[in-house]
Amino acid sequence: MKLLAPGHRGCAGCGAAIAVHSILSATGKDVIVVSPTGCLEVISTPYPESAWEVPWIHSLFENTAAVASGVEVARRALGRKDETKVICIGGDGGTVDIGIGSLSGMLERGHDVTYICYDNEAYMNTGIQRSGSTPYDAATTTSPAGKISFGNDRPKKNTPAIAAAHGIPYVATSSIAYPADIGKKVKKAIAIKGPKYLQIHTPCPTGWGFDSNRTIEVGRLAVETALFPIYEMENGKITSVKKIKRKPVEEYLKVQRRFAHLFKKEGGDAEIKKIQETADANAKQLGLDM
Amino acid sequence: MKLSVGAVAEPGSTRANKTGTWRTFRPVFNADLCVGCGICSQFCPEGIIHEKNDKYATDYDYCKGCGICAAECPKGAIKMVLEVK
Amino acid sequence: MKVIEGSYAVAEAVRVCKPHVISAYPITPQTHIVETLSQMVADGAIKAEYVRVESEFSAISVCIGASAAGTRTYTATTSQGLALMHEALFNAAGMRLPIVMTAVNRSLSAPLSIWNDQQDTISQRDTGWIQLHAENAQEASDTIIQAYKIAEYRSILLPVMVCMDGYILTHVYEPVELWEQKKVDAFLPEFDPVHVLDPKKPKTFGAFADPSLYTEFRYMVQEAMEVAKKKIVDIANEFRDEFGRYYGGLIDEYRAKDAETLILAMGSVIGTIKDAIDEMRADGIPVGLLKIRAYRPFPVDTIRDAVAGAKAIIVLDKNISMGYEGALFTDVKSALYGKSGVTALGFILGLGGRDITKQTIKDMVAKALEAMKSGKVQECEFVDLRKEVL
Repeated sequence: MKLLAPGHRGCAGCGAAIAVHSILSATGKDVIVVSPTGCLEVISTPYPESAWEVPWIHSLFENTAAVASGVEVARRALGRKDETKVICIGGDGGTVDIGIGSLSGMLERGHDVTYICYDNEAYMNTGIQRSGSTPYDAATTTSPAGKISFGNDRPKKNTPAIAAAHGIPYVATSSIAYPADIGKKVKKAIAIKGPKYLQIHTPCPTGWGFDSNRTIEVGRLAVETALFPIYEMENGKITSVKKIKRKPVEEYLKVQRRFAHLFKKEGGDAEIKKIQETADANAKQLGLDM
Repeated sequence: MKLSVGAVAEPGSTRANKTGTWRTFRPVFNADLCVGCGICSQFCPEGIIHEKNDKYATDYDYCKGCGICAAECPKGAIKMVLEVK
Repeated sequence: MKVIEGSYAVAEAVRVCKPHVISAYPITPQTHIVETLSQMVADGAIKAEYVRVESEFSAISVCIGASAAGTRTYTATTSQGLALMHEALFNAAGMRLPIVMTAVNRSLSAPLSIWNDQQDTISQRDTGWIQLHAENAQEASDTIIQAYKIAEYRSILLPVMVCMDGYILTHVYEPVELWEQKKVDAFLPEFDPVHVLDPKKPKTFGAFADPSLYTEFRYMVQEAMEVAKKKIVDIANEFRDEFGRYYGGLIDEYRAKDAETLILAMGSVIGTIKDAIDEMRADGIPVGLLKIRAYRPFPVDTIRDAVAGAKAIIVLDKNISMGYEGALFTDVKSALYGKSGVTALGFILGLGGRDITKQTIKDMVAKALEAMKSGKVQECEFVDLRKEVL
């Protein structure tokens, strides 16, 4: 039995639900999950229903890591000697933007908590607004492409690096296109004492504009173009990367409505070139090319 | 139903909500082509594709018809067909 | 009886309540409370996890997580810190988590002021927290013990703010009677939560409610507040029986029975008012006091009964709802609407640490007597306003 029950209100092809299945398959039942406000919270817990088969708490948008800190110390204070793990599963808005203060506090204090960000690169629950995790040139409802704009004009925030800068033992990225990779990394993370940070790339058919059957394909393309590199950092050092036979970024961009303007608008070629340069830099920095 | 203090909810209770009614296309599983790899099950957002005797099948009560299973099946064992109601 | 600082007394009271988790962020003038608790943790004098968070928002959030995980929790803050907690205060109450907090009363910026008034807790009036105001260090600490019992009562399950005036009570040295652990243990049973985050019984906390149910959840909080009205009184009485000290239930009265003029106020100013009343009584002025101990739930019936025999009331507010008047004045008038023809005067005073003297109190009473004679009432007057700098 999966630990996220069916009947949840995720859109057809929801990447976040796939992420949760991969995560909970790795943790098993002996876990307490903390989530911020967001798509995952809304699709899974319309009172009196809940899709969660594991204990789960949602408090607010920006305090997930602090609530998890409280849960973790409470278990300790009660003298619970069991192996129950405390994990957070939150979207990019609740993690890299509004929740980064409490995330930083939790990481710095050294709580035994695994924080997992399902990164769908915008505020999907409120209608696809730009977040700090939205990639360069993606059109969102608050960073739309227009006569004088190519969409989001800032690069994606490097949150794994920010997490790593806290000197925590384990940071990793993964993608819902690679469930075995998620499983391996979640198992590894929860076995390590102390704070851990994982960021899982999570395509969203509704927000990114692709057919619901292409969620996994789009996720794979992000990895294969080096726009979302997959790696592990242990004690601040890169210890593994997922090698790729690299594809040009157009292959990833052209299948999504959020980048459609790059293929229609004058100057789009130059923008795609810039995005390719980002991918090239990622590949070079991390040694992604096979 | 009586409300619980603090809106505490029971586990797995979304099962009351049969999302199969959302479906436009229906995945049809061909057991002859299925090799039992389980990829369809790993990628199903509803978590409802289960194995039985080394073959996989979905639960139409909840399947929303996203088509990821059909798109990702390496053997082409799942076909999406228009739902006729 | 020991002469100790108010903050130390509060920390001692927290210690004997045996919270499992304490989380706080330092802010003047709350610091002595959390420093004392930190030292107790460092010395092993209290077996609590102390979480040194990066903000007040996280302090209350740690308490939310820890409370949902089944532990007794404590935090303390003031002013800007309390304002920063605002969103999470609603959340803690709505989730029915019996967190106890010392809310040190301090003014809000701008301009920045670290001194006392009660704008901070008044501004959290509608969060669903029970708010109890203390008159002195002994009451601020005794009320912590009562607060846990109120908060954790099964038909209440609401968080409680014990309000104490910054500096005036936190930094004052007073004789305080401390507690025998055995007696506290007998008075305050262990926290026995209804639901706990636990893989053995995997419950969901923090679900959302649609329009068909949200109102009913809000109603349940209001119902719990009604239960609290009775229980606050019961627990104050039980405390008197056990520890021999009593500060009133929802309100307390001082020379009020035959008073023609009643002063209504909250917090440390009560002591000054009592002294002023004694002097005025000696001069033959029939004046008395209603100390508001519970600001939420608001003791509507109790106030109505207590005011029934008075001709005039004077309401003191160390806060102001800008564009209207003091919040307590509004609430008191609302409680008396249609039930009393009493002359009512509201005064704004003591903002940002401005002293309230016995003379200030006497001047207000004089104004009330004048108003009764002339029939002219000025509602919402700033007391001791320095007109020369305006």
